[in-house]
Amino acid sequence: MAVSVDEAVSAGPVRDHTPPARRRGGRGRSVLEVALLAVLAVVMLFPVLWMIQTSIKENRDVYAIPAKFFDFQVTMDHFKDVFVASGGGRSALSVSFLNSVVVAGASTVLATVLGVPAAWAYSRFAVKAKKDQLFFILSTRFMPPVVVVIPIFLMYRQVGLIDTKLGLILIYAAYNLPFTIWMMKGFVDEVPAEYEDAAMLDGYTRLQAFRRFTLPLLVPGIAATAVFALIFSWNEFVFAIFLTSSDDVRTAPPAIAGLIGGTTVDWGLVAAASVVFALPVLVFAYLVRKHLVAGVTLGAVRR
Amino acid sequence: MAGIEVSALHKRYPDGTVAVDHVDLSIGDGELFVMLGPSGCGKTTTLRAIAGLERQTTGDIRIGNTLVNDLPPAERDIAMVFQFYALYPHLRTRDNLAFPLRAEGLPKAEVRERVDEVARLMRLAPLLDRRPRRLSGGEQQRVALARALVRRPQAFLMDEPLTNLDAELRADMRTEIKHLQGELGTTMVYVTHDQVEAMSLGHRIAILNKGRVEQIGTPLEVYERPASLFCAAFIGSPPINLIEVEVADGKLRSQGGLVLTPPPGLPRDRCLVAGVRPEALEVTEPGAERSVPARVASAEWLGDEIIYVVDHGGQRDVRVRMPPTGRFAADAAVGLRHTGGTPAVYDVSTEELVA
Ligand SMILES: Nc1ncnc2c1ncn2[C@@H]1O[C@H](COP(=O)(O)OP(=O)(O)OP(=O)(O)O)[C@@H](O)[C@H]1O
Ligand SMILES: [Mg+2]
Repeated sequence: MAVSVDEAVSAGPVRDHTPPARRRGGRGRSVLEVALLAVLAVVMLFPVLWMIQTSIKENRDVYAIPAKFFDFQVTMDHFKDVFVASGGGRSALSVSFLNSVVVAGASTVLATVLGVPAAWAYSRFAVKAKKDQLFFILSTRFMPPVVVVIPIFLMYRQVGLIDTKLGLILIYAAYNLPFTIWMMKGFVDEVPAEYEDAAMLDGYTRLQAFRRFTLPLLVPGIAATAVFALIFSWNEFVFAIFLTSSDDVRTAPPAIAGLIGGTTVDWGLVAAASVVFALPVLVFAYLVRKHLVAGVTLGAVRR
Repeated sequence: MAGIEVSALHKRYPDGTVAVDHVDLSIGDGELFVMLGPSGCGKTTTLRAIAGLERQTTGDIRIGNTLVNDLPPAERDIAMVFQFYALYPHLRTRDNLAFPLRAEGLPKAEVRERVDEVARLMRLAPLLDRRPRRLSGGEQQRVALARALVRRPQAFLMDEPLTNLDAELRADMRTEIKHLQGELGTTMVYVTHDQVEAMSLGHRIAILNKGRVEQIGTPLEVYERPASLFCAAFIGSPPINLIEVEVADGKLRSQGGLVLTPPPGLPRDRCLVAGVRPEALEVTEPGAERSVPARVASAEWLGDEIIYVVDHGGQRDVRVRMPPTGRFAADAAVGLRHTGGTPAVYDVSTEELVA
């Protein structure tokens, strides 16, 4: 996720700073550009299109050789299978989706509730060795989950958090917290401290001043940060597969992965589950896209 | 309303910077007190300590008769106007003004009344329904002032409130602030690095340098008898002439031969510098009575006055302020004459006023 922030930040200025000479590179150039972009788009989007196609194909069309691109029967059966068990009632997949919602939602809320005040404190107060502390906080994100998953597994087994949603929520929150603090600190830095000073002179306590004046101005930043945290928790696979095992705790990523690997693989179901899995993130990111852009570019603009 | 008493105020930031170094200020009830000093001399820090936004390392602050060291800003009953106006961006002017009153829990009717009153006073009526974003800098500044006024606090603290305005508007607002302060009779501490602002506003001026008070006095005192070389150089435009002098035959003599009346009680055997304001000198025809030969290095005609830079054989050229009549060309041979009274004399090594 941190990577995507950087990419987004650098993408903006680079485009803006393109010298006019390059833009006016003539017709041939722009045709070439479009062509290249089109090829890139096809390559990038093909797996996605294939997934969507597979999710609405009849099983015999899924396995057809040569592959059928256009002349296949559209069916919604796979999507039904995602949510409804074969014998009726809720399917295991639908339970895992619900788990994902709960785990991603709760961990994001937790990281935000803890991270925003922390970011505010780091931005506003003289804290001893502030830079070192902030670096330490960030450094916990340097390690990929897979490095720490074994120790965490052992610790969780000791304290009884193995195979619980709470366990996942806690570890995701812990993983998102540094990111939340860092990103939110950037937003808090942008809000002049004078608002709080003025409010304190007007008769509010420091916390009231924060809640009533700074917090409302931070909402776009919180939304952007929360979306990033949410996407991380929603997509997270390594912790989920190591720390959970039972169907009623498992989140969607390991559950979907679990569909592959039997003697027969129901690719239609896998594709449909993947589509369902990808949708919320897309929708959510789309809803807050304005804040996302503001969020990733805000720090880049100097006043 | 109340005076403000600051004694031995010391502020050391966690990174070791000493921003305020044992400052004593005694600000009278109803006084317009200006703190003047260059950037980084600790003006804002002092003001924020008085407001309670910054906790001093040591020292006491009293507002009225109350020791406020441990009181949060909200309980000190003072209003502050910031250089950056700090109007709440999501509130209309009306609500920005009403905010401090609502915080106090005043009844709605009274809030309305007070807001209307202050809006009338500051001529803000047409702006009441706009948000800060849609106000010009000057208008925002007026709203910020009005927000300070509306609470009728014991004292106003102003931190360079006019810095972001253009020159003309600044002069207008200066007059307005002075007028308002006189009208209300509320104690005001006004911070600025602009000497013109300080001179025109202040009942008294404190000149700060590197966290220390160099001089406190009325604008006239500060102008006529700067307490140190720093103050002398800081106040006045064009700046004061600092002329190296020697005591001989009961007179002060400069290298170029200028003769000044010495103040009484001058110590001997020390390197001395006399502070001579540009208007205490006069450019004359060459050879005029009591003049020394000199040469005009450059002349700046400013409409209502001419500033001559004159070389009279001293180490440094001196500046002379003259009425725009009688113009001498650059490079002309002229005479230079001291017409003022006894100058202030400073010791070069201590940089302090000696007599
Ligand atoms: N939070 C802080 N931490 C460390 N040093 C600080 C802090 N705030 C101010 N200082 C330092 O303290 C000194 C005084 O700062 P202050 O803001 O009071 O100056 P000022 O007189 O208001 O200057 P200006 O005219 O530029 O506003 C400066 O050297 C400044 O760098
Ligand atoms: Mg300042």
